[in-house]
Amino acid sequence: MLSFILRRLIIAIPTIILISIFVFALQKLLPGDPVLAMAGEERDPATIEYLREKYRLNDPIPIQYLTWVGNALRGDLGISLRTNQPVLELIGQKLPVTIQLAAMAMIFALAIGIPAGIVSAIRKGTIVDYVANVVALSGLSIPNFWLGIMLILLVSVKWQLLPASGYVPFDEDPLRSIQVMIMPAFVLGTALAATLMRHTRSAMLSVLTSDYVRTARAKGLSERRVILKHAFRNALTPIVTLSALLFGELIAGAVLTEQIFTVPGFGKLIVDAVFNRDYAVVQGIVLVTAVGFIAMNLLADIAYVLLNPRLRKQ
Amino acid sequence: MPQVATPSTVDAESANDPVLNRKPENRVWKKFRAHRSAMLGGILVTFFVAVALLAPVLPIPDPTATDWAAVRQAPSAAHPFGTDEIGRDVLSRMIWGAQASLLAGVISVLIAVLLGVPLGIAAGYFGGWTDAVISRCTEALLAAPFLILAIALAAFLGPSLSNAMIAIGISATPLFVRLTRGQVLSVAAEDYVDSARAIGLPTRKILARYILPNILPPILVQATLTIATAIIAEASLSFLGLGQQPPAPSWGSMLNTAKNFLNQAPWMALWPGIAIFLVVLGFNLLGDGLRDALDPREQ
Repeated sequence: MLSFILRRLIIAIPTIILISIFVFALQKLLPGDPVLAMAGEERDPATIEYLREKYRLNDPIPIQYLTWVGNALRGDLGISLRTNQPVLELIGQKLPVTIQLAAMAMIFALAIGIPAGIVSAIRKGTIVDYVANVVALSGLSIPNFWLGIMLILLVSVKWQLLPASGYVPFDEDPLRSIQVMIMPAFVLGTALAATLMRHTRSAMLSVLTSDYVRTARAKGLSERRVILKHAFRNALTPIVTLSALLFGELIAGAVLTEQIFTVPGFGKLIVDAVFNRDYAVVQGIVLVTAVGFIAMNLLADIAYVLLNPRLRKQ
Repeated sequence: MPQVATPSTVDAESANDPVLNRKPENRVWKKFRAHRSAMLGGILVTFFVAVALLAPVLPIPDPTATDWAAVRQAPSAAHPFGTDEIGRDVLSRMIWGAQASLLAGVISVLIAVLLGVPLGIAAGYFGGWTDAVISRCTEALLAAPFLILAIALAAFLGPSLSNAMIAIGISATPLFVRLTRGQVLSVAAEDYVDSARAIGLPTRKILARYILPNILPPILVQATLTIATAIIAEASLSFLGLGQQPPAPSWGSMLNTAKNFLNQAPWMALWPGIAIFLVVLGFNLLGDGLRDALDPREQ
C-alpha cells in the first residue's frame, strides 16, 4: 500500500512541474509590457528600470521561471497588486468560505444524486427512471448561474425568504451562516447531483446484473438488504473515483455561484483578480487549484484501492 | 489533415455478408431516427442554427439600437420579449445572441478537435517519447478545472468573444487528445492494421484509411457533447465579462446585466437562460443519441 502511494506521488511530480510551466507561461501571453502599466502615467525610465530589476524581468526566461518556482515552493506566490497582501495569504483567507460552500453543496448533491441514481437503476425502464433521467439531463443543461438568478428572483425578491447575497462566517453565527449559504449551495449542488445521479445509475445497473447479487437474492435476502448491502457497496467504488472529477466541477461552479450571490470566496477572488489585472493572484489560484486537483485524484486512487478488497491484497 | 475515408470503404467486406447486408449509414440513421430524445435534440439544434443563420434577414430591430422612450418595457406586441435597460429589443438581441453562442460553441470545439485529434493520433500511434510528452502535458492541462483554465486564459489574452473561443478551445483540447489516444491504441492493435503494415502501406495511408475512419464516431459524439459544454462556458465567460463585449449581444452578458434589474425587469433574465438551457439540452440529447446510434453493440 505504501509503495503504491509512493509510486502515485512520484508520477504526480512531472505533472506538477508541467502545470507550473503553463502557469508561468500565462504571464508571457499578456499583451504589452506589464512594467509600463505599473510605472503609471509618467513612464519615468528610472522607475521602469527599477521595476524591471525588482521583478527580475531582465533575467533570461528560464532563470525567471526557476526564480518563480523557487519562491512558489517556499510558499511565496507573489504579492497581490491590489491589496499588497501575499497571494497565498489571500487564498488562505478566502478558502474557508469556499470550503463551506462546497461542503454544503456536496451534501445537497449526495442527498439528491445517490438515491435518485439507485432508484432509477432499480426501476430501470419505468416512468420513475425516465423522469429521473430527464431531470438529470436538464440539471446538466441548465447554466447554474441562471438557476441562481432565478432562485434570487423567486426566493429573495418575490417571497423574501432568504437573503440574495452576503456571507456570515460559520464560527461567528453558525445558524445564520448556513441560512445565508443555503441558496448558493443548492445551486452549486444541483449540477453535481445530476452528474452523480447518472454515474450512480450506471454503476448500479452493472452491479445489479452480477452473479453475487443473484446469489444474494437466491439466498432469500430481503430486497432492501440486497440493494444496499450487496449492490450499492460495490457500486460505490466507481462513484468514489468520481470525487476528483466533482472537485473540479465544484471549484468551477463556485466561481459563478459566488459571483451571483456575492459570496466572498475563492471563486470571487479569481474573478475580481481578473478585472483588477491582479495577475499574480490569477496565477496563484490556477496553481493551487491544479495541485489540489492532483491531490484529490491521489486520494481517490487510494480510496479506490482501499474500497476494493481485490486490489488491497496486491 | 489526412484524407478522410468514408465508413463504407472500411466496411466493404461486410457488404457481401448476408447478415450484415445493410449499409452502416442506413443502420445508424435508422437507429437515430427511432431514438426519440435524439430527434428532439436534433430539432432543437436545427431550430437555433436556423435562427442564428437567419438573424440578418429576419424583420427585427437592430439589436444595438437604443430607445430611451422604451426602457425596461414588459413583453408587448411591439417587443414580444420586452426591452432592456436602455430600450433595446430583447428578442432581437436573443436572436443575434444565438449567433454568438453557436459560433462560440462550434469554433471552440473545432479548435479543440483540430489540435487534440492529431496530437492524440501521434501519441497513440507512435508511442514512446512522443506519447510520454503529449500525455504528460494533457494530464497537466486536465488538472486545472475547465472553467478556471478558460478564465485564466481569457484574462491573460484579454476579454473578447474570439479570445473566449480560443480559451475554451485550448481548455477542451486535452479531452480530445486523451479520447483519440485511447481509440487509436485499441484500433492500432486490430489485425487489419497489422496486415496493412505487413503489406508495406506507408504510415500516412494507414492513418488515413484505417485508423481515422474507425476513431471518428466516438470523436463525433464527444464533439457534440463538448459543444454543449462550450456554449455554457462561453455564456459563463460572457456573464463574467470575459467574453462578448458590449454592445454586441450575447446570452451570457445579457444575464449579467439582467441580474441588476431583477426587481424591475425580470423578463430580461428569463429569456437568455431558457435559450441557453434549450440549446445545450439539444446538443446533449443529440450527443447521447449519436452515441447510441453509432455504438454497434447496442441494438
